[in-house]
Amino acid sequence: MVELTAKYSLLAEAIAEQLGERARALENSNRELGYAIKPEDLLECCSLLRDSEIFTFDMLMDVSGVDYLSYGRSEWETSSATSTGFSRGVSRGNAPEAGERIAETKYEPAGRFAVVYHLLSVTHNHRLRLKVFCEDDQRPILDSVIDIWSAADWYEREVFDLYGIVFRGHPDLRRLLTDYGFIGHPFRKDFPLIGNVEMRYDSEKGRVVYEPVSIEARTLVPKTIRSDNRYEPDLKDG
Amino acid sequence: MPEIQNFTMNFGPQHPAAHGVLRLVLEMDGEVIQRADPHIGLLHRATEKLAESKPFNQSIGYMDRLDYVSMMCNEHGYVLAIEKLLGVTPPVRAKYIRTMFDEITRILNHLMWLGAHGLDIGAMTMFLYCFREREDLMDCYEAVSGTRMHATYYRPGGVFRDLPERMPKYQASPHRTQKNLKKMNENRSGTLLDFIESFIDRFPGCVDDYETLLTDNRIWKQRTVNIGVVSPERAKQLGFSGPMLRGSGVVWDLRKMQPYEVYETLDFDIPVGVNGDCYDRYLVRIEEMRQSNRIIKQCVDWLRENPGPVVLDDHKITPPTRIEMKDDMESLIHHFKLFTEGYCVPEGEAYAAIEHPKGEFGCYIISDGANKPYRVKIRAPGFPHLAAMNEMVTGHMLADVVAVIGSQDIVFGEIDR
Repeated sequence: MVELTAKYSLLAEAIAEQLGERARALENSNRELGYAIKPEDLLECCSLLRDSEIFTFDMLMDVSGVDYLSYGRSEWETSSATSTGFSRGVSRGNAPEAGERIAETKYEPAGRFAVVYHLLSVTHNHRLRLKVFCEDDQRPILDSVIDIWSAADWYEREVFDLYGIVFRGHPDLRRLLTDYGFIGHPFRKDFPLIGNVEMRYDSEKGRVVYEPVSIEARTLVPKTIRSDNRYEPDLKDG
Repeated sequence: MPEIQNFTMNFGPQHPAAHGVLRLVLEMDGEVIQRADPHIGLLHRATEKLAESKPFNQSIGYMDRLDYVSMMCNEHGYVLAIEKLLGVTPPVRAKYIRTMFDEITRILNHLMWLGAHGLDIGAMTMFLYCFREREDLMDCYEAVSGTRMHATYYRPGGVFRDLPERMPKYQASPHRTQKNLKKMNENRSGTLLDFIESFIDRFPGCVDDYETLLTDNRIWKQRTVNIGVVSPERAKQLGFSGPMLRGSGVVWDLRKMQPYEVYETLDFDIPVGVNGDCYDRYLVRIEEMRQSNRIIKQCVDWLRENPGPVVLDDHKITPPTRIEMKDDMESLIHHFKLFTEGYCVPEGEAYAAIEHPKGEFGCYIISDGANKPYRVKIRAPGFPHLAAMNEMVTGHMLADVVAVIGSQDIVFGEIDR
């Protein structure tokens, strides 16, 4: 468990008391308080966190979608050296496919899609992070918190647009950031960085046309994961 | 008698008062707005996804381009989140430099806002005045980083380099006389700190000038008083922050409430509005410029007295000096590793927030232990403000939309990301 300041320890105790089983502490939150919550408890917990006197989380600061598809995967395997050395190239076949099991890591994610809420209490001056994993990887659905915090309106539209997570009860769940008529959810890890279509003005047709992308995807620096003992809490001095 | 129906009007995205690329679809009843539907995303560059495809340090430059009128503050949020993940703290001098440049950036941002806001609702002189002062601050940016806007000056573990000993001077040119040249270079003979000091001595007088033009101006008040009123309860519900929240009378400033860098040790006040209208938000921002001026003064005094390192000596995350690199094998390896692969950040997640000129700028990073962030989420302060557009302008006249956009201090670089 991470060390917390006195104020946050009290808050953690209060949360343990009031939310009990419903909130599981996240252990990877550098001195910040974070809890994982089940989708079915989301609305109830959020109302409690906003209305209960000790919490009074009156502001929703941020809603962020996360796609854990390639979590903990390197693009370049270096763990075992061979007598011939190894290529500096990105191992292309390494990209996970949809539905494939997610790599094993220290803080293993409980599903492919998660939505992270950052709450702030202006009254008590404390923050909280809530993380909700969607149960179905194919059709991720969560309840909308728009009735609890009005700020959720555009945040949820953004998450829907970029990750395709549907928010039940949102009155106007349209795309927000992408182009009119865009296909796909661009921030998913299986959506290519260069996109699928490009557009240009076609002078013969006299209009803008969409075509498959003509450029090739390149990775300039491969993603590498190295275990670094310096960051192990047990080995750190003081 | 024929029935009169509402009509729909398109505002932007190529409208000078749309502050970039805002497209508003307005449902009008005569000249009164019934519903406003902002369409955003015309400047969407997927900064977050790009940042996820690059080593940590290579994305600092992207952060400048988010809110492109308060560049260093964006970097600050991102760098703080990385530092939180790495568990490092920069040297004190770096903290003071960051604080000073955050406040310089705040003035830069507010001057841009004041100039553009004034221009939008008919005070054209303001634009020229504000840009005159902005020029000097841009020169400060240029002196430390080499660029006037997209500085990439903050680094995890400190800042890129120490403040320069010499301020760049204007060169002789056939277009200016010797006398003019001498006058222009008058406050550039010393160090950067001398230059900043001469600016902060002059600046309160400039703010007085702006106030003489606007604060009691009848037309200015007609355009802003009681326009776009937001109650404190609604402001919190809608996720407002910064001057938008303070304008509504909520006492909240991260620099005081959750201090970062050296704000704890500095003496400054937080202006708070009463009515929550465009005029109060204007007053709050004007006062913030004066307070920033005070903060910069204190930082300059401290920085003069206390030389020291401005970046950590840990060459896993910061580059070694050129001199070390030329004759030390290990430094050369560090340098090579850092600029090719970058550094791996321990697995975990962190949210770091700073008081950006526009509100709370937050950066949420998830790392899976790699040399690239797994997920970067930028909490742009303008995003919830613009989301509240419908609520703020419903029932107002068309011309007030421009006043509300102006008072929200919208910049599309950060909203569309």
